Amino acid sequence: MFDIPINAFYTMMAVLVLLSVASAVQGLMANKNPLKDYSELSLRIQSWWWMIIILFVCLVVSQGTAIALFGFISFLALKEFFSIVAIRQSDRRVVFWAYVAIPVQYYWVSIGWYGMFLIFIPIYIFLLLPMRMVLIGETKGFIRSAGIMHWAVMLTVFCLSHIAYLLVLPVKNSDGGSIGLVIFLILMTQLNDVAQYIWGKTFGRHKILPKVSPNKTWEGFIGGVVTITITAAVIAPLLTPLSNVMGLFAGLIIGLSGFIGDVVISSIKRDLAIKDSGSLIPGHGGILDRFDSLTFTAPLFFHYLYYFYY
Amino acid sequence: MSRLLKILFFVIFVKPLVFVILGLNIRGRNFLPSQGPAILVANHNSHLDTLVLMSLFPLSQLHKVRPVAAADYFMANRYIRWFSTHCIGIIPLERTGKTSKQQLFAACHHALDNQDILIIFPEGTRGDPEELARLKKGVFHIINDRADTDVTPIAMHGLGRSLPRGEALFVPFNCDVIIGPELDKTDSATQFVELLLCQFKQLQACCLTRHD
Repeated sequence: MFDIPINAFYTMMAVLVLLSVASAVQGLMANKNPLKDYSELSLRIQSWWWMIIILFVCLVVSQGTAIALFGFISFLALKEFFSIVAIRQSDRRVVFWAYVAIPVQYYWVSIGWYGMFLIFIPIYIFLLLPMRMVLIGETKGFIRSAGIMHWAVMLTVFCLSHIAYLLVLPVKNSDGGSIGLVIFLILMTQLNDVAQYIWGKTFGRHKILPKVSPNKTWEGFIGGVVTITITAAVIAPLLTPLSNVMGLFAGLIIGLSGFIGDVVISSIKRDLAIKDSGSLIPGHGGILDRFDSLTFTAPLFFHYLYYFYY
Repeated sequence: MSRLLKILFFVIFVKPLVFVILGLNIRGRNFLPSQGPAILVANHNSHLDTLVLMSLFPLSQLHKVRPVAAADYFMANRYIRWFSTHCIGIIPLERTGKTSKQQLFAACHHALDNQDILIIFPEGTRGDPEELARLKKGVFHIINDRADTDVTPIAMHGLGRSLPRGEALFVPFNCDVIIGPELDKTDSATQFVELLLCQFKQLQACCLTRHD
């Protein structure tokens, strides 16, 4: 019925198996130690199921559906960003235009207009927002507000829309297809988060950024990057046009930048003295808590791939 | 008929608006009364406040949740009156100050006797965005006459940015809804207002989207 490229299909099945194992292990642990509270972990895994099912269904149904999903994710992320930072009451009409940028940006993606996709936010929205602010005329806090809004739109709309643009690139590996690129990027980014967490929990000794994230360690960071670099080198030729060696560097880019995306969003939350950016995803926090790494890995992986293969 | 209309209005319009377009950060959900008689008191910044608070309840209970609203505004003409009565199910309250207390709250008591859950905004008006105005004492006079009704305080933040008073353009922002435990009984209206104000301040400190 649905024409899923063969390697993309196997990868999706493998992810579902992996998740089933996680659910089973969590169930066994909860059975073994009935006194310990596993509700947080259970919620987390349950949310993973929901997120992965929604993603896979949208990817499989059609390209348009998948692009709409990423547009919607950009909306949720941008809204969450504007909700936690101190936006002036007079900025609400400017914020409105920032939201309008989302469907327009994803429309350029859907028609595959690469030039416009690249410049629309860094040029047109960049110039439009301060113009709208001037028309409102509130100058107290102008610089701060303009900075917040530009940063928010760049991170949550421009950066994240690179995931969607992977879908409209010409297919160069028919076994992976266009959805293979998206699955590769998201899988590597999220595995990187998990791997850094596990390495850090097991061997973590030396704090890497004590002021920002006291729980992050050098051992976790290096362990995660090495794990993802090797995994990416193996998997890349199956899902993407990348060779093993090129996949190795893709993994390195994703491992390093994923960590940075994570700690950048952590710094924002620390500045605002909040633990989670929202409560949309039970067990995870807000949407920014889940997509923090992707805001960095998506554009960097995209342009690495684009430079060498398109 | 009215009950069905209210459910349809919430399924098609209000719940998607509240949970998808706005998005709520809810804390203390377990403090929300599951059945009446009960009174929810909340700070008031936007028309959306009422829709958000009503959305916290399941569709099967929606007809039991009744916002107490200003008669001069929500019964102003036949169209608003029809909407207020059938889609929301408000209890109209006279703000003229001419009616006696007993008469003023008769409809509220009737609804509470009927095991309804009342929503009351003790500021009495939306006022300036995200500013807490002086609290009025009406809620005390209602509960003082009855032993069966508890008051649950709820602090909200964010809707004053989404749709403040006097603005027609709706802009989505996440909204904090912080629900606190039932208020203790108090002896006088002044004590009640002080306790409520203190509770609001404490609950507001839990807001993710608020900056002081």
